[in-house]
Amino acid sequence: MEKQNKKAWLYLLPALLFLGAFMVYPLIDVFIYSFEEGYNSAAQTYHGIGFYNYSYVLRDPYFLQALKNTFILVIITVPVSTVLALLISLGLSSITALRKLFQTIYFLPYVTNTLAVGLVFMILFKKTPYSDGLINLLLNLCGMSSIDFIDGSYAAKMFVLCLYTIWIVLPFKILILTSALLSVKQDYYSAARIDGTSRRRIFFRITLPMISPMLFYLVITGFIGAFKAYSDAVALFGTNLNAAEMNTIVGYIYDMLYGDSGGYPSYASAAAILLFFIVLTVTCINLLVSKKHVHYE
Amino acid sequence: MKITLSDITKAFPVRGKKGADVVAVRDFDFTFPDGTLVGLLGPSGCGKSTLLNMICGLLAPTEGHIFFGDSDVTKLPPEARGVGFVFQNYALYPHLTVLQNILFPLQNLKGADKLSKEEMHSRAEEIARLVQIDGFMDRKPGELSGGQQQRVAIARALVKKPRVLLLDEPLSNLDARLRLKTREEIRRIQKETGITTVFVTHDQEEAMSISDTIVVMKDGALLQSGKPQEVYQKPQNLFVSKFLGTPPINVFDGKIKEGKLFIGDAAVLDTPDLENRDVYVAVRPEDFDLCPSGAFVCPVHRIEVMGRDTSIVFSHESADAPVLRALIRTEDIPNTGATVHFSLRRERIHLFDKATEERL
Repeated sequence: MEKQNKKAWLYLLPALLFLGAFMVYPLIDVFIYSFEEGYNSAAQTYHGIGFYNYSYVLRDPYFLQALKNTFILVIITVPVSTVLALLISLGLSSITALRKLFQTIYFLPYVTNTLAVGLVFMILFKKTPYSDGLINLLLNLCGMSSIDFIDGSYAAKMFVLCLYTIWIVLPFKILILTSALLSVKQDYYSAARIDGTSRRRIFFRITLPMISPMLFYLVITGFIGAFKAYSDAVALFGTNLNAAEMNTIVGYIYDMLYGDSGGYPSYASAAAILLFFIVLTVTCINLLVSKKHVHYE
Repeated sequence: MKITLSDITKAFPVRGKKGADVVAVRDFDFTFPDGTLVGLLGPSGCGKSTLLNMICGLLAPTEGHIFFGDSDVTKLPPEARGVGFVFQNYALYPHLTVLQNILFPLQNLKGADKLSKEEMHSRAEEIARLVQIDGFMDRKPGELSGGQQQRVAIARALVKKPRVLLLDEPLSNLDARLRLKTREEIRRIQKETGITTVFVTHDQEEAMSISDTIVVMKDGALLQSGKPQEVYQKPQNLFVSKFLGTPPINVFDGKIKEGKLFIGDAAVLDTPDLENRDVYVAVRPEDFDLCPSGAFVCPVHRIEVMGRDTSIVFSHESADAPVLRALIRTEDIPNTGATVHFSLRRERIHLFDKATEERL
């Protein structure tokens, strides 16, 4: 028994070492940094311990802007992309002809590079001296005036950012939901048909509960992914996100570390810890809700 | 409610091959009598489940008509036919409790049929008592044994008071002991409700034990129907005789020559009523008479005693199987010599034409 134990620890050692060095230690370090006031990264000195970093970050208008942007992004893109993916998957699983073709088409964005997608969005939305962008051309055709989506009003920019995020996350969700729908046993639908169940009731009482574990997985990972958004904003608005009012929390952390206004690991750490608690809270709420509504077989 | 199938044919198109349809059921003509339990019996792939799916309306026949009573239901969707269907794997909704599963069909009712909440619950409880699962109403199907799930499935099928109950391989997912118990249970429920019931099975013992009528199918066609014992005692063709009964029937190549039946070189029986021809001789294990002067002589392998059955294991060069069995009474165990003598009786053997395999 004793020998077995030693062996087990030996097997676990490589993973524990790497996880410890690159996951656990940095986590603890970030936590410590976030409480060290006036930390100087060159001299590695600080002159006090307390909540000053947190109060600074929470009063920083850039952080509040990033917080607001991130929340809007999360609240809009997670439900919209999940519902949209569900509708598309339902469509995909109810057709038989050309299903394979459409599945491939809907999956293509997933294997496309983020920046390439960003480039396409530029062509669609960006105003240049030569063109107002494809979308504006369409708007003009409908008799509306051009909107500057990339450098214009906050709402227009947020609209493009949400659209971009939804576009990026959609393929994976469609993939997961299509296979979840196809894995529901046909007998359940046959039984429901014999009992004269309406389509609406079949969807809400059978299909939805049956795929709820997958749906729940997508919502949780969707929330976490959206809270960690950064590259999408960069792809659309460039690196100076604070000026564009389009920064996200992760973007703020990055700026505090390496950006033009950077060199403040303590503020970055405090912001990271705040983000951690936000994600933790939302995930806990998700888990609580799921207990009642998610059915595992 | 009697069910009449009139010249039902079901063909499935084969992908990529136009015109080369697979015919699952062919010219099926049969009336299931009102209030009886009918066993639809056949080897796997014989089209019996397809037939059941056509009766309930999940599949539409390619040709022919289906009548419930006197009304033609061929074009009616499943929900308008008033059938209860029990699936092979039960198809109970795993996320709903037993009670919710049983209530499910009732909650679908619309218009004039709509029931109040109290009525639904009393109906569900009544049916749960009938199938004896009233103690498990708040459990999920996953927390029940296979036999209990089966009962819930039957309850769900019956709660709408259907005119016809259909069961697809109802016992195949149960272990041997539970199978015996559950088939009695199905019998009891059918008798108590008096509902016309059709069940599909590939197990002849299952079909023989509880059915009022059995229908034997092969390759999509009806071979024989009737009371189980009638079909067993008077099989109309070689396939039916071989399909029913354990241990299986013994089949020999035979010949009728000048009013005598020959198996190999031995004339074993007088058959003055039959013309000269080649035949199959089928003899059930229990139909051999031990007789020291019997004309049918076979080499003995061993005597086998298994539970209540004592059998002589023997062989014969004209038989279609390497080993044959004759069931005998324990006190009749012969002195184990090298051979055993049987006498055969005309009324207890079955003769089939060699070419058509039909009964003579």
